[in-house]
Amino acid sequence: MAKRVQARRLDGIDHDPWVEFVKMASEFDAVNLGQGFPDFPPPDFAVEAFQHALSSDFMLNQYTRAFVIIIEPFFDCYEPMTLMAGGHPVFVTLKPGPTRDGELDSSSNWQLDPTELASKFTSHTKALILNTPNNPVGKVFSKAELELVASLCQQHDVICIADEVYQWLVYDGYQHVSIASLPGMWERTLTIGSAGKTFSATGWKVGWVLGPDSLMKHLRTVHQNSIYHCPTQGQVAVAQSFEHEQLHFGQPSSYFAQFPQAMQRTRDQMICSLQSVGLKPVVPQGSYFFMTDISDFKSKMPDLPGDVDEPYDRRFIKWMIKTKGLVAIPVSTFYSVPHRKIFDHYVRFCFVKDESTLQAMDEKLQKWKKELRP
Amino acid sequence: MFLAQRRLCSLESRAKFLKTIYSSKILGLPTSAKMSLKITNAKRIEGLDSNVWIEFTKLAADPSVVNLGQGLPDISPPVYVKEELSKIAAIDSLNQYTRGFGHPSLVKALSCLYEKIYQKQINPNKEILVTVGAYGSLFNTIQGLIDEGDEVIVIVPFYDCYESMVRMAGATPVFIPLRPKPVDGKKWSSSDWTLDPQELASKFNSKTKAIILNTPHNPIGKVYTKEELQVIADLCIKYDTLCISDEVYEWLVYTGNKHVKIATFPGMWERTITIGSAGKTFSVTGWKLGWSIGPNHLIKHLQTVQQNTVYTCATPLQEALAQAFWIDIKRMDDPECYFNSLPKELEVKRDRMIHLLESLGLKPIVPDGGYFIIADVSSLDADLSDMKDSNEPYDYKFVKWMTKNKKLSAIPVSAFCNTETKLQFEKFVRFCFIKKDSTLDAAEEIIKGWNRQKS
Repeated sequence: MAKRVQARRLDGIDHDPWVEFVKMASEFDAVNLGQGFPDFPPPDFAVEAFQHALSSDFMLNQYTRAFVIIIEPFFDCYEPMTLMAGGHPVFVTLKPGPTRDGELDSSSNWQLDPTELASKFTSHTKALILNTPNNPVGKVFSKAELELVASLCQQHDVICIADEVYQWLVYDGYQHVSIASLPGMWERTLTIGSAGKTFSATGWKVGWVLGPDSLMKHLRTVHQNSIYHCPTQGQVAVAQSFEHEQLHFGQPSSYFAQFPQAMQRTRDQMICSLQSVGLKPVVPQGSYFFMTDISDFKSKMPDLPGDVDEPYDRRFIKWMIKTKGLVAIPVSTFYSVPHRKIFDHYVRFCFVKDESTLQAMDEKLQKWKKELRP
Repeated sequence: MFLAQRRLCSLESRAKFLKTIYSSKILGLPTSAKMSLKITNAKRIEGLDSNVWIEFTKLAADPSVVNLGQGLPDISPPVYVKEELSKIAAIDSLNQYTRGFGHPSLVKALSCLYEKIYQKQINPNKEILVTVGAYGSLFNTIQGLIDEGDEVIVIVPFYDCYESMVRMAGATPVFIPLRPKPVDGKKWSSSDWTLDPQELASKFNSKTKAIILNTPHNPIGKVYTKEELQVIADLCIKYDTLCISDEVYEWLVYTGNKHVKIATFPGMWERTITIGSAGKTFSVTGWKLGWSIGPNHLIKHLQTVQQNTVYTCATPLQEALAQAFWIDIKRMDDPECYFNSLPKELEVKRDRMIHLLESLGLKPIVPDGGYFIIADVSSLDADLSDMKDSNEPYDYKFVKWMTKNKKLSAIPVSAFCNTETKLQFEKFVRFCFIKKDSTLDAAEEIIKGWNRQKS
C-alpha cells in the first residue's frame, strides 16, 4: 500500500522491552530470573478447579460479558497505554533515601516527595496510576503515603487507577492497603487485580477491576467493543479457587498466608546469594521482584558493549546473560525515556521461582564468584 | 445456556469475597454527593454503550425460553477438543505466560493449516496473530490500522460491533446494503442478496481506509462468490484500500457452495487481514481465541495493539487448540474431520429449521453458509399493541413479544443495521440453528402450538 497504513495512535509505542530479553534467555540457555512468572505450578486446588471447570459442564465451552500521572519506576505498559489513548504521561519519581553503612536498602526507603507530587497535578490531570505493591521496586505504599495521594486526587478531582495485582504478596508483616478504601476514594478509584498473580497461574489471563458503577459502565463499553468476553473456564476456575480460599481466609492454611511466607523465604535466599557476587539488593516489602544496585559494577566495568546511548543496565544485563548465564531485567526499562540515563544502575530479579531454579542460579553464582577472585 | 449461567453465578461469590476485604476497611463514610465534572468518559466511547447482545441475552436467560437468538452452540464440542484441554491443564508450564503474539505450537498449527488453503507460505510469527476471540482481532485491526477521520465501508446488515469499533477509532462508517433480488419460483436464498457494483464503487474515495467484508455472512448466511469478491478486490486495489475479511464461519458452508478467500486474489494479500475463530471452528465460543492472518507490514501494527492491551492470550487454551488442530489437519480429506463433519451436521439442522419456519407460513432465506437463518416475520401479524408506545423497530418488538408469549427467542435483524437502514430490515428476525436436537425439538413444539393457535 502506498499510503501510511498504521493508525497515528501507535506512534512511538511499538517497541517492546520483553521480546528482546526473552529471546536472549532462550538463545543463551540462561537461568531466567527476568520475566515475572512463577516457574512452579498453581496450588492444587486451583489446578483442580480448572480441571473441574473443563470436565463438569460442556456448556462452559460456550460464552458466559488529558494528563495521567505515572509514578516512576512503572510497569512498562502504563506509558504506551496512556499514549495510545491520546493521553499525556506526567512522571513523578520514587527516590531512595540514604541508607546506613552496612545496611541493605529497602523498598520502604523509596519515597515520593510530597511537594514534587503536588506540583504534578494541574486542572488537566485526568488520572493517576498507582501500583502497590510496586513493580519493580517492591514498595508497599503505607496508609500515610496513600492518604497523601488520596488527598491530592480529591483536591484536583482526579481518578486513581490502582494496580494491585500483587496485593497478596506482602512480606515482613507489612500490610497492603487499598486506596479505594480510604474516605472519598471509592467513587474515583478503579482497582485492578489478577488471577495470574493471586493463584500463580499467569497463563490463565483472567484479571478484574473493581469500582463504582459510574466509572465501571465506561469500562464495560470498551469491553463490549474490544474482546467482549473472557474465556469461560478460566473465570469459573478462578471463582472456585476463591470459594476454596474463602473457607481458609485468615487461617494459616490459606494460600494467601502460605504463599507469601514461602516467597519471603525464597526472597531472602536469593538476596543472600546475589550479594555474594557484589550485587546490592533493595529488600522489597512486596511483589514478585527486587532490584539490585549495580553501581559498583558500573564503576569497575563502565564500558560494556552495547549500542550508542544504550543505558548501562541494559548493557550489564546482556553481559550477564552471555557471560554468567543469568537473566534479569534492566530497571531503566521502567523509567520514562529522559530518566533512563539517570536510573541506569539497577537490575530487577524475579524470586517467585522453584527450588530447582534457585539451585541453578546458585550454580551460576558460584562460577561467577570464582571468577571474581583475583 | 442456563447451565452456563448457573456456573457464572458462582462468580458472584467472588464478588462477595472481595467485598469482605473491603468492607472491613471502608470507614463507613458515604460516597461523596459532589458530582464530578471532570470524571467523565473518554469521547471515543460516546454513544457506544448500548449493546444488542446484553439486552437480548438477558431476555433469553429465562430457562423456559428456547434460545435461538445468540450464536451460541448448545451442541457439544468434539470430544478430543475437550480432552486435550483437560490433559493440558495438568501441565505446570502451560499455566504460565506464553508468547504474546501467539503460543508457538498454535501459530505453527495455524500456519500449517492455512498454507494449504492459501497455497503460499505463511510465517507463523510474523504473519499470524492470536487474539482474544475474533472480536480481539477486529479490535486490534481497527485500532492498529484505522485512524480518526478515516472512512470504513461497512456492508449492511453487519455484525454489530463493526460500526461501534469503527466509531471508537474515531473513523466514519460508510454503509452499503445488500439488496435482495429474489428469483421467481425459486426458494429465497442468501445468494439472492447482492451488492450493486455501481453503488459500491460510489462509496469508495480517497478517504476510504478499509472495507469490512464478512463471508460467510452473519446474519444472512451469504457466501460471496469469486465474481463478487473480484468486484470488491478491484475497488480495493484501485483506491489503495485495506480489506478486513471476517471469515469466522469459513468452515460452515453448505452443499453447492465454496468459501473463497479474498486474500488469495492477485494484489490482495498485501492489503488484507483475514480473521478466524476457534469458537466457530470447534464450537467452543467460550475459549475466546481468534486469529488474524496477513502480511507482516500490517500484522505488526496489530501486534503493537496487542502488546499494549491484553499482551497475551490464555496459554492452556492455546495449547489445547493447537493439539485439536493437529488432529484435524492430519485428516482434512476425511469425512470425520470436524471441518467436514460439522457443516454436514449443520446442513441437516438448517434444512429442519427452514422447514419449521416455512410451516409457520414464513419465507426464510436459505443460507449458503454460517449458522443463522433470517426470515420476514410480518406475515405472522403478531399483536404488538402493548408495545405501540415504544419507538423500537418492529423486529425488536416482535422478538420481545415472541420471547414472552411463545417462549422462543431470536435476534432482531435491525440490530445489524445502522440507523438509516433499520427500516429496510425491521421485518426480519434471525434464528440460530447450531442447536442440539432437543432444542430444535422444543422449537418445533412451540411452532406446532403456534400454528394450532393461528388456525
